[in-house]
This record gives sequence, C-alpha cells and structure tokens, in this order.
Amino acid sequence: MAAEQAKVDPMYQFTIEPLVGANWEIAGYNIAFTNSALWMLITTVLLTVFVAGGMRRQLVPGRWQMAVESFTGFIDGMLEANIGKEGRKYVPYVFTLFMFILFANLLGLLPVGVLGIHPFTFTSHFTVTGILAAISFSIVLVVGFWKHKLHFFSLFVPHGTPLPMVPVLFVIELVSFAVRPFSLALRLFVAMMAGHVLLKVLSSFVIDGTNAGLGYGFLIGLPSLLLMVAISALEILVAGIQAYVFALLTSLYINDAEHLH
Amino acid sequence: MEAEAAKLLGAGLAAIGCGLAAIGVGNVFAKFLEGALRNPGAADGQQGRLFIGFAGAELLGLLSFVIAALLIFQ
Repeated sequence: MAAEQAKVDPMYQFTIEPLVGANWEIAGYNIAFTNSALWMLITTVLLTVFVAGGMRRQLVPGRWQMAVESFTGFIDGMLEANIGKEGRKYVPYVFTLFMFILFANLLGLLPVGVLGIHPFTFTSHFTVTGILAAISFSIVLVVGFWKHKLHFFSLFVPHGTPLPMVPVLFVIELVSFAVRPFSLALRLFVAMMAGHVLLKVLSSFVIDGTNAGLGYGFLIGLPSLLLMVAISALEILVAGIQAYVFALLTSLYINDAEHLH
Repeated sequence: MEAEAAKLLGAGLAAIGCGLAAIGVGNVFAKFLEGALRNPGAADGQQGRLFIGFAGAELLGLLSFVIAALLIFQ
C-alpha cells in the first residue's frame, strides 16, 4: 500500500454502493439496486428519449432528427464499409452498443458533482464491459457457426499456409481469436478508469497544494487545475474514441464471422 | 528487498510501458497524417484502419497500466 493515506482516495469513486434493497437475494447472490444500476438506467432513459425524439420521420428533418440520423448514418456507413451489404442487419445492435457506451462515458464525465450528485461511470467496471464484449463475441460465434457450420474453423488457417505450418498457425490464430473479448472489454474499462483516476489524482494535488498555503497553491494547485481542465477535454475525446473503437472492432469481428478470410 | 518495495518498483517499471505506448499512438497518427497529406483523396476511406492501429497500440499501454494497478492494489 501507499506510504501514507492520501486525503483524496482516487479509487473511492469506483465503489459500488447499494441504493435500494441491500439484502435482496436470488440464490445467494445479492441483487441490490446499486449506483451502477442507477446510472445504467439513467443512460438507457436518456438514450431512449434522444432516439425517440428523432424518430418523427419528417421529410425535412429538424435539428433533433438530424442529430439522431447522423448517428445512425455514421454506424450504417461504418458497417457498410467493413462488412458490406450484409452489414445492414447488424445496424440495430452496433448502434445500440455504440450509443450506450458513448452516453455512459459522457454521463460519467458530467460535472454534476458540484450539485451533490456524483456521476458513476459504469463503463469503468470490467463486469459491465466484459458483458458487452461477451455479447459481441457470442454474436460472432453464433453467426459464424450458423452460416459456415464447421467450416468456420478455416478462419484459423489463413489462405496459402504451407502444410507443416498449419498446426502452429492454427493454435496462434485460435489464441488471438479467443482473447478478442478480453482485449475488447479491457480496452474500454482501463481507458475509462485511467482517465478518472488521473482526474482524481490531479484534484488531490489541487486540494492538498492549496491547503498547504498560498505559495504552494499558486505553484502546484493552479497548474494542476489548468491541467485538469485540459485532461477533461481529452477525456471527452477518449469517451468518443473508445465508444467508436468498441463498435468498430465489433463490426470487424462480425465481418470475420460473415466472410471468414 | 521487501516484497512491498519490490511491488512498487515493479509498478513504476510497468509505467514505462505506458510511455512506450504513447510513442506508438503518436506514430500511428503521425504516419496517417503524413500519408493523408500526400493523398488527401484516399484519407477519408482509411479512417477505420487508423483507429484499428490506434486501438492496437493503445491496448498494450493499457495492459501495462493494468499490471501497475494490480501490483499496487493487490
């Protein structure tokens, strides 16, 4: 552990607290309504409102409809480019995934903490991102085995492999295929967690520096505060990029399942 | 050496990996920009590949962060 206890604990923001029903149980597992679940619910409600507001299907779209249509058009274009015309049927799934992650990341960055409401970034937990990645991965498996039956295993042997290399390459490709859900989940979870930890560490510099006196406040607190503002802007960028990368890699993996190599 | 000290040293060494990944991510975007300025017409179609390269380079840095975090907090 660290040498001495810091005043701002950067990991405290990730604690999951039961809000309602701390002793609800199913088969020995606690199913309390936690702050994580609350923010998932908020994300879902806001996302539903956002998309429903844009579904008026007017011939000349208003601003709201335009915003929603540009998102769907973006995902549609991405799937078209990566999978081809078969990609159209995955638009609902990838769009949901992208928007859910994007809204979750952005809501976690909202500065509503000054009002006493502490936003919780549930994408900074491996359980959540792991489930999302597992859903993506199972779609790949189901589509691959449904469409190509056992021929799907030819995904692990690239074209033109010399015969003596087949057993080696098969194992390598199988491992690289099997770690996909983990890398997918890990990337999102760590990127979100690292950013939030960094912000809290900088905030502890500001608080402790300012408490130590005026000189330290100007020397350490002020630059740290400016850095925090800049990092917050970077975090908004990262929130978008991570949602995009998750959707992009999902579409690439689905492409593998649709077309093999 | 105490086990605790070795853990913290290991976490610090793992942080080097984050810096190396930063070089990698910078390389990805630098090379993309280089190519995009030579042939702006082809640049838009390659943005997906740009982000695949970015994701690959970034993941390795994030892995070293995970190792550092595991060493400190476990």
